[in-house]
Amino acid sequence: MSGFRHSTAGRVDRNKPVRFSFDGKTYQGFAGDTLASALLANGVHLVGRSFKYHRPRGIVTAGSDEPNALVGIGADEAHYAPNMRATQVEIYDGLVAESQNRWPSLGFDVGAVNETFAPFLSAGFYYKTFMWPPKAWAKLYEPLIRRAAGLGRAPTQADADRYTQVYAHCDVLVVGSGPAGLAAALAAATTGGKVFVCDEQSEMGGSLLAETTATIDGLSARDWVARALADLAARPNVTLMPRTTAFGWYPHNFLGLCERITDHMAKADPKLPRERLWQIRAKEVVLATGALERPLVFPDNDRPGVMMAEAARIYANRFGVKPGDKAVIFTACDSAYRAALDLMAAGVAIATIADLRAAPCGPWIDRVRSAGIAIRAGTVVTGTTGRLRIDSVSLATVGIDGNPGSSENIACDLLLMSGGFTPSVHLFSQSRGKLVYDEALQAYLPGISVERERSAGACRGIYDLDKVLSNGAASGTGAAKAAGFAAADTITFSTTADSVGTDGFIGVTPFGGPSSKARAWIDFQNDVTAKDVRLAIREGFRSIEHVKRYTTTGMATDQGKTSNMNALGLVSETLKVPVPQVGLTTFRPPYTPTTFGIFAGQSRGDMFDPLRKTPIHDWAAEQGAAFEDISLWKRAHYFPKRGEDIHAAVARECKATRGAVGIFDASTLGKIEVVGKDAAEFMNRMYTNAWTKLEPGRLRYGVMLREDGFVMDDGVVGRMATDRFHITTTTGGAPRVLSMMEDYLQTEWPGLDVWLTSTTEEWAVIAVQGPLARKVLEPLVEGIDLSREAMPHMSVREGRICGVPTRLFRVSFTGELGFEVNVPAGYGRAVWEAIFAAGQPHGMTPYGTETMHVLRAEKGFIIVGQETDGTVTPDDAGLGWAIGKAKKDFVGKRSLARPAMTASDRKQLVGLLTVDSKTVLEEGAQIVADPAQPIPMTMIGHVTSSYWSATLDRSIALALVRGGRARVGTRLSVPMPSGPITVEVVEPIFYDAKGARLDA
Amino acid sequence: MPDLIQRQGALDRFAAAPRNIPAAALSVLPDSARLSFRGRPSAIDAAGAAFGVALPRDACRFAVKRGRTAFWLGPDEWLLQSEGEDPATLFADMSGKLAGQSCSLVDVSHRSQAFALSGPQAAYVLNHGCPLDLSLATFPVGMCTRTIYAKATIMLSRPASDIFHIDAWRSFAPYVWQLLDEARSELA
Amino acid sequence: MLLITCPHCGPRAELEFAYAGEAHIARPTDPMALDDESWARFLYHRANPKGLHAERWRHLHGCAQFFNVVRDTVSDSIVTTYPAGQPRPALPGDDKGATR
Ligand SMILES: [Zn+2]
Repeated sequence: MSGFRHSTAGRVDRNKPVRFSFDGKTYQGFAGDTLASALLANGVHLVGRSFKYHRPRGIVTAGSDEPNALVGIGADEAHYAPNMRATQVEIYDGLVAESQNRWPSLGFDVGAVNETFAPFLSAGFYYKTFMWPPKAWAKLYEPLIRRAAGLGRAPTQADADRYTQVYAHCDVLVVGSGPAGLAAALAAATTGGKVFVCDEQSEMGGSLLAETTATIDGLSARDWVARALADLAARPNVTLMPRTTAFGWYPHNFLGLCERITDHMAKADPKLPRERLWQIRAKEVVLATGALERPLVFPDNDRPGVMMAEAARIYANRFGVKPGDKAVIFTACDSAYRAALDLMAAGVAIATIADLRAAPCGPWIDRVRSAGIAIRAGTVVTGTTGRLRIDSVSLATVGIDGNPGSSENIACDLLLMSGGFTPSVHLFSQSRGKLVYDEALQAYLPGISVERERSAGACRGIYDLDKVLSNGAASGTGAAKAAGFAAADTITFSTTADSVGTDGFIGVTPFGGPSSKARAWIDFQNDVTAKDVRLAIREGFRSIEHVKRYTTTGMATDQGKTSNMNALGLVSETLKVPVPQVGLTTFRPPYTPTTFGIFAGQSRGDMFDPLRKTPIHDWAAEQGAAFEDISLWKRAHYFPKRGEDIHAAVARECKATRGAVGIFDASTLGKIEVVGKDAAEFMNRMYTNAWTKLEPGRLRYGVMLREDGFVMDDGVVGRMATDRFHITTTTGGAPRVLSMMEDYLQTEWPGLDVWLTSTTEEWAVIAVQGPLARKVLEPLVEGIDLSREAMPHMSVREGRICGVPTRLFRVSFTGELGFEVNVPAGYGRAVWEAIFAAGQPHGMTPYGTETMHVLRAEKGFIIVGQETDGTVTPDDAGLGWAIGKAKKDFVGKRSLARPAMTASDRKQLVGLLTVDSKTVLEEGAQIVADPAQPIPMTMIGHVTSSYWSATLDRSIALALVRGGRARVGTRLSVPMPSGPITVEVVEPIFYDAKGARLDA
Repeated sequence: MPDLIQRQGALDRFAAAPRNIPAAALSVLPDSARLSFRGRPSAIDAAGAAFGVALPRDACRFAVKRGRTAFWLGPDEWLLQSEGEDPATLFADMSGKLAGQSCSLVDVSHRSQAFALSGPQAAYVLNHGCPLDLSLATFPVGMCTRTIYAKATIMLSRPASDIFHIDAWRSFAPYVWQLLDEARSELA
Repeated sequence: MLLITCPHCGPRAELEFAYAGEAHIARPTDPMALDDESWARFLYHRANPKGLHAERWRHLHGCAQFFNVVRDTVSDSIVTTYPAGQPRPALPGDDKGATR
């Protein structure tokens, strides 16, 4: 024994010393230590400050249920992780850890002044504070709460680590590798099914790793674990996953597992991710998640040095650590007696065992008695002392009236407590299985499974080793069989282990009645005391769900692993109703706090979403184009020349296109090929327009409605042959248009001989627009006569351009003579460059989406999603002309006949001209009739598009205005923070109203 | 002029120098003519005869013959692929032979980009974004299907136990390739 | 994540599918013959049962087909799936089965 470390006991590797730092001080531990065991080996119990009152707190548990020992890990901000449980952190050379929630130091914390304000921070203080005057809130209480609230701190730099996500499938997933889990895995593995076994700890074996006396099949528990793991590891159908927490159960046997890969490594291979998210679909799941020891609730039960009895046993047996010199044990069950013996063997003096039970008896009690340890039956802890570490405990015997008598003080540096065990039913509860309260065990146990699940061992209230093993094996066999794998024969085990029974206690121990001023902690992590819960009940809260939210008990990052049952017991006792009537809060994922990193996975930075680029994108980038995001696409927004801002560039691009010729990448337009003998009939039903008479080789602008009558999409459609249409859609609308068409075709009109194929990415589309467009294209085109007579506006021809096939559209979204050159996408850039080269003598200018928007607005062409918002009918948008009046039916037609759709005061598309021609309105700005009216004003419309028109040398805007068409010629007002802007309502077309230019 | 126009692939930039990771190798597949065939059951045999490969009637299976592959993609949808052939020629030939049939034929040769992921860890790497069970029992050699990789739709096929072919629309191909390349980093 | 059995492709992860609303609501063959009330009912009125619900899903990132699913809205378990156009099958405990 040196310090608090035993010279031989435990599983740490004494040949591998490890140096780490905690709060700037360097300590030594061994490979195999957790940060908690290593700190305890150095005599350090004080590891943090509490959430609300900044009370000194120590290590309470040895596992993922730890409420107090939350630390920040990481030598630099890019690798810093807050709120790590010291009981789970594996140490390595160079580990840097720090305590949280304290300033300036752990030993002296200014925040502890909150203790003085404790009366104000009682149950519901958040809610009560919110009701105080707003001024007091902002100045006084918010800063207070901000300082007090929260555990840990977020790192200031982006996470430098990698995280990956993998899907996997298996026949049987076993969660937990204690005795039940290992037995289940062994049984399932022999059937040949694909078995995954995961465990949150670095070593598999669960409770058996701390077992020193029990034997299985003639082997010590540890040797049996080693043999079982070797057996499993040798089987190709088994995957063992240590350091892997099954944190969430999602529908249909889909589980989320977090594998920690590099956190325990001093020098991690940079190829490896820090963590890997396993998304596992398991045919069958065996939950062998064990049970958590329950604290006892008594005054000042939160001092450093107060620890779970079983945790102390684990530190002694598994890590060779003596958690103190002199211990008092406070218990309500036999397992603490087993712990007492193990700790005594580890060199801890056991001052006394205070047992809540009036007459404890059984083999463990006998053994403790013969070891010479004093046992005090019917005894409670009525208080503790010690500032940064416990130094004494007061004990009192409970009288016949149920109240404790006079106290006796006993000096100690360790107080071990055990209120029995709470089965870990979290994953079962997440799987929506109903929990059933077991009166005898005072525990909620898994009832009927909803998913394909079996709970085995301690997580279903089975604690005796022989029963745990046989139950585990039966579950493994059953799961494999249900997954389609028959077992050869049943596995049996012979064990020697004494039962520790099933006694326990929930609620608050009797330490002096409800009137006591003493503070007994129920929830360590959220700083909730028995008094807080009683106050909540006095204030009228009855349901545990309400008590939970009001007091915040069980709402911390540990989700009340150590506190829920005691809170429930207290509410039950106070309300004098049985526990099941108080209810149980629902468990939700994740079981333990999980990094954002694994949920983000590879979806970071440029890989967050697919970043769609057209075949011409790189050319635009090389030209210095600025890009904008349109759905997932990157589109060239404008092409600035040196020194130009967006306004200058757009003005130049507009003028060049109107004056000579522009070139524009329209490849992102959605495209659908509609083929079949019923193609025209299908088009008639899907679009408002009539299609039957459209001749092959001609184009038509089509409008598509949803069934509710509102505009859904629009686009130019080419009839390539009697049975073939080439549809274009908006850039963002392509997927939903195809989906809606498929829906009608598959489910409403399966009799139509027509099929749909997306061709969005088959074609690169190069728009060549402007009075010189024909001149540029003519020399490049083979087999197509581009003349006005041979190829009028709104026609399409097939032929070749630059030697590759093309579908050449004569179409204009600018109001100028225009073509849209469709070529197979792989030729897109080459054809673009050829056209651009041929256009140079004619002053060809590339333009982006902003110029496209301005040019079309000058012509009053709408953009679906800008002039429409899902509440706009074709008539509202001025597209009444596009409705095939003679058609009996089309999608949305019936809805257009509903009364509200034809009301005269509907918002209609109009143009707006500001009286001051230099003022450009803001898109989205509201429009009123009279700016002098009192606030709130009656808003009669809004600006949908607004630009500076270089062509017209003034601002222009489109707007939706109530009864707008009847207001043409009148003046309205757009109120802005700087004052109202007067506008004149005009027809929604500003340029070449007769359309002479596009017919050129 | 025609000689100047070269077909560009969506992965040219990445294909030039892929990382050498034999456990999960990435390589771009050669250009193909690809036609989307959809039609009534009555047209399926004719399409197979015209193409030279009978269209598989079993869901999610592909059939190969002399460089031509017919992929089942849906109960009325097949992708017909012919390596190294001129799409226009194939389209014209097939259209002629299927005249009068109740079906649709659309040239989608340039719509997508095909590449391969091969090696003993190919399935593991694919499972970083694809939720399918890729064990040979549930995804055998000869299987094909549309599915997803992360946020992109892909067509996935398995010509050999350690080889997967991935076909993604052009603008999604770099995203899928880059994610796979990142996922296989731990095998480098 | 649900595991949904496509009638054509077999069991696949929910990620491959798109939800498409309540099943067995056929578009009226002559919408113009309907009064406003009946048309509004077709457009907007949907069942919201606690228990078995017949709904449409599309195997969007798969065979692209629409099909029907009977799902228990309480447990999220899927009782059966069947191709579009087939009637809701008769199921034990389902009084709406095989009605249309
Ligand atoms: Zn399918």
